[in-house]
Amino acid sequence: MDLGKDLIAASSTPIVLALLAEGDSYGYAILLRVRESSGGRMEWTDGMLYPVLHRLERLGHIEARWETAATGRRRKYYRITAQGRQQLEEERRQWQAVDATLRSLWRAVAAPAPFPKTTPPQEAGA
Amino acid sequence: MSTLDPEAALEEQIARWRSYLRRRQALLPVDVAELEDHLRESIAGLRAGGLSAEEAFLVGVRRLGGVDALSREFAREHSDRLWKQLLLTDAEAAGGDQTRGRKEAAVALGLAVGAGVAVKVPALFGLALGDENAAFYARNAALFVLPFLVLFFAWKRRLAPAALVWPAVAGSAAALLANLYPFRTTGDTLGLFAMHLPIALWLGVGVAYAGGRWAQGNARMDFIRFSGEFFIYYVLIALGGGVLIGSTAMTFKAIGLDAGPFIGHWLVPCGAAGAVVVASWLVEAKQSVVENMAPVLTRVFTPLFACVLLSFLVTLVATGRGVDQAREVLIGFDVLLIIVLGLLLYAVSARDPQAPPGTFDVLQLVLVAGALLADGVALWAIAVRIQEFGFTPNRLAGLGLNGVLLVNLGWSAVLYARFLRGRGPFAALERWQTAYLPVYAVWAGLVAVVFPPLFGFR
Repeated sequence: MDLGKDLIAASSTPIVLALLAEGDSYGYAILLRVRESSGGRMEWTDGMLYPVLHRLERLGHIEARWETAATGRRRKYYRITAQGRQQLEEERRQWQAVDATLRSLWRAVAAPAPFPKTTPPQEAGA
Repeated sequence: MSTLDPEAALEEQIARWRSYLRRRQALLPVDVAELEDHLRESIAGLRAGGLSAEEAFLVGVRRLGGVDALSREFAREHSDRLWKQLLLTDAEAAGGDQTRGRKEAAVALGLAVGAGVAVKVPALFGLALGDENAAFYARNAALFVLPFLVLFFAWKRRLAPAALVWPAVAGSAAALLANLYPFRTTGDTLGLFAMHLPIALWLGVGVAYAGGRWAQGNARMDFIRFSGEFFIYYVLIALGGGVLIGSTAMTFKAIGLDAGPFIGHWLVPCGAAGAVVVASWLVEAKQSVVENMAPVLTRVFTPLFACVLLSFLVTLVATGRGVDQAREVLIGFDVLLIIVLGLLLYAVSARDPQAPPGTFDVLQLVLVAGALLADGVALWAIAVRIQEFGFTPNRLAGLGLNGVLLVNLGWSAVLYARFLRGRGPFAALERWQTAYLPVYAVWAGLVAVVFPPLFGFR
């Protein structure tokens, strides 16, 4: 499934923060986890993850450090900060609001009532 | 060697990919290292899944995304970088490159100061900078500065001393001639010498710049690019210098002091000399930021100049006016040809030789053809009366320059037309331009060396 560019951009922050909340990680591993947990439904272009990471780092949501792996290769690890956790909470609330709204709307769309032609619209109550 | 070790081949491919990414301004070496780590992981994963090293490399690179899109994303996130790196002191820059960058800055500034001081050395021997010694400084101007520039490139390219023999010989010969020729202080040949010597010696800078690759076309093309960017930087620095002079004069005047002598004897001459080295260093350090400056200017002005030339030709034919035969006209047309040649050179240098012919190429050919026609008309008008005028040094220099440019543009037009009709590669035009470079230097050298004795130093 091809997700729209805007949607990918908007969802990248909570996804990356949520993954880093599980534990420190680095770019390639984060990408694998995204693929895995979305069941392949979200395909990111690998390279685009890094500008996202750098933006979160600049905003102070995550912090980076270089480590030398056993193979001798240097790797950049990211860790979520306290501020990042707050942001994650905030994002979660926002996405849940969007999700709840959409859910109730999906139900209406899924069971479309025949449009009442003669009767006046009923009192809107929830 | 029938089979290349796949690991070695993979390493080579990764190295090439890395150096390709490193040329992107928006990507710092640390970013490239991060992306490389990603690529290697990705390749390892793909190979574990059964792909060959080469396939895994291709898929891995593809998954990372197009380099253009990638560097655009990085640039959006790090828009500051494009500016901040100007002086190459960004703390984030990779360790090795950073110290090299600092060292280069130090060497460049040191040599710039050297050039500035060199200008003042003759004053120690009683040749104070001023009207009475103007002739001396005009003759030697290039010799104060260019050695420092050559030294800079010699250091930067780690040239073997042997490679500097020819620039050194040319420089010493020029210094001897400049001071042994019995010029008259107000003679034409002195002006010609002062104007043509720097052009001839600029070739020596080119040899040092190319760092031993002068025989190769692409090294010469790089030098053409460098010269254009150098010119732009120098003009920018000169503009800044003008502001500096203005505020110096104004602030000192405010406290009742005249800064004029300081400006005239120190700020302007030393600054102008030092700025040559500084501008070259900036071009080198900052290649990719202003890299597109000369081509952009070319794009803007090619259509405009083409319009001017066409309307000139149409007016000429419609009104039947004759061309004035004054000397200024010849110089005017020389300048026109130089501009057209510059536009052509920078269009060529920025063009992808593989790209098919486009509208801009047609425009370029119109421009060159228009310039040739206009110049042809002017030359014809001048040639008719040249006998009456007789040959003065200036007129001969102007005519010779016209010839040199005409030959270049004429053959360029032929090559361009062939390319537009699909009969020849664009690279032929590139080769012609790079092969022609020494001709300018030889002509300039000829004017500087042969003209003064030929015309009795008048």
